[in-house]
Amino acid sequence: MSQLLEVRALERTFRIGGNAFRKGRTLKAVNGVDLAVASGEILGIVGESGCGKSTLAKMMLGLLEPTGGEILLEGAPLAAMSRLDRARRMQPIFQDPYSSLNPRQSIADIVSLPLRVHRIGAAAEQKRKVLEALDLVGLARRYAGSYPNQLSGGQRQRVAIARALVMRPSLVICDEPTSALDVSVQSQILNLLLDLRRELGVTYILISHNLAVVEHLATRVAVMYLGRIVEDSDTESLFRAPKHPYTRALLDSVLTPEPGRGIPDAQLGVAYPNPIDPPAGCTFHPRCRHALPRCRVDAPLPVREAGGLVECHLYGGPSA
Amino acid sequence: MRRVTLSVERGETLCIVGESGCGKSLTALAIMGLLPRRTRRTASRLALDGIDLMAASDAELADLRGSRMAMIFQEPMTSLNPCYTVGNQMEEMLLRHRKASRREARDRAVQLLEKVGMTAAASRLQQYPHQLSGGLRQRVMIAMVMMCNPDLIIADEPTTALDVTIQAQILLLLAELRREFGMGLILITHDLGIVARIADRVAVMYAGQIVEEGTVAAVFRDPLHPYTRGLMNCIPVPGKVARGSRLGSIPGMVPSLIGTLSGCSFRERCDFRRPECEADIALTVATAGHARRCIL
Repeated sequence: MSQLLEVRALERTFRIGGNAFRKGRTLKAVNGVDLAVASGEILGIVGESGCGKSTLAKMMLGLLEPTGGEILLEGAPLAAMSRLDRARRMQPIFQDPYSSLNPRQSIADIVSLPLRVHRIGAAAEQKRKVLEALDLVGLARRYAGSYPNQLSGGQRQRVAIARALVMRPSLVICDEPTSALDVSVQSQILNLLLDLRRELGVTYILISHNLAVVEHLATRVAVMYLGRIVEDSDTESLFRAPKHPYTRALLDSVLTPEPGRGIPDAQLGVAYPNPIDPPAGCTFHPRCRHALPRCRVDAPLPVREAGGLVECHLYGGPSA
Repeated sequence: MRRVTLSVERGETLCIVGESGCGKSLTALAIMGLLPRRTRRTASRLALDGIDLMAASDAELADLRGSRMAMIFQEPMTSLNPCYTVGNQMEEMLLRHRKASRREARDRAVQLLEKVGMTAAASRLQQYPHQLSGGLRQRVMIAMVMMCNPDLIIADEPTTALDVTIQAQILLLLAELRREFGMGLILITHDLGIVARIADRVAVMYAGQIVEEGTVAAVFRDPLHPYTRGLMNCIPVPGKVARGSRLGSIPGMVPSLIGTLSGCSFRERCDFRRPECEADIALTVATAGHARRCIL
């Protein structure tokens, strides 16, 4: 499989609290991320709030300049690509369909905007493509003239998906696509995303904190902690045998609907550290049950094995 | 909301589960006497530990709120006052409702902040809500409602805005406090995972009515109402639902609650619809401790 998107040593820092006279402090939101998404995969990115997953998504979409490293889309550097080029190949779906659709535009206008921007086809052809896109996402054609406030949350998210797919991009980046939706609507949208993958062969990057959703959809999962990928593996082995203690704690915290099992205690103890002031050594060590003395001092290097990666001193032997 | 009947005992957790707009939050507000303007509350009985809440005056209700029953909201940032320190807001609870000195109030606040697992409790009292993370704010909120040892706590989606790891910690805390102080806990959520893990009993709400009610074990083992079954089929359960397979869904939409409603409110979306569903259906007991509003 060819790599559709490659992220190499990606970094993004923010200045916090500085002004003209005083240098602020630096926050490393994304701190050396390597990722690759092959065509046809669904890569899930999970992690707690503040771990940098949304910053990473913004950089992959080209909405935010990286401060280090590079992103390759279909083998070409993203930074050198024009905005139109990027948008043709890659589209986002955001969390909240209430704020991601322009309330003053009709559904047809919203879905056809990418076509108009890229000057694809005459008005009649654009109209046909819009209707096709609505069919594709299971939204009745009669809604084309409606406005977002006339639609339910699930229908709006379908509009957002239609807009993302009308240009037939090869990659769709979904940032919490179902978090704002009800359970019964969430399942419809997840089904739709899977159907579209089968029909159009789209590749997804799925950013979510809902691990059950990620496990259901993703083919590969990357776990992020304080700006780094601490584990990256195929979904099956990640959920069956998580390696990194943080991944284990995350999975332990999931409340599956099984009565009688009680509430799990992930024993993470200390709160999520402040990213401005990350702990020395392995950034996870203050919360880790298996911390070794060296975890306080040395940051672990990624250990690669059979299609996966884990960044922890417990793996890879003493010299790693 | 239509003819909702609920009860919760000391030391018991009742979960109300349902989707947006089903009336679960309104139920909580109605119990607390905090309904928005232009809504009306009618009930044949609404009592807290024998005190008739329907007959209570506004002043009496205000005395009960915070002291004997208290509420935790979804987003602690909107329910904590940003202009006062954590200490100020916590102490006020005790000063308002109990004959306590500032000193005693302060001591109790520190003690409770420690109880909910906050480090450096004494110094937290000086902090303002915006200086705390979401998880810490929710802990403050819980510590605050505990100030007067209420008999009943209603928590409306207390962990929806939080990360999974913190969610587990907060729920664990609520369960412990309930056990230790023998409070009744009503927890409102849309998450069946939370229900399964924390509740003793569960009430499923749909379009302003309770459509199924029972012990958690019974409802999860054998969901009787088609809506409950539909909900359970919608969520991916690792190990039970094959990865990447199609999830169940509930076709159609929640009916409008405007105007007069009759019959089963779920019938438009139900696979098992019959002519009898046009008539109003009562909540009837199926097996001991398990009732449903369905003719099947």
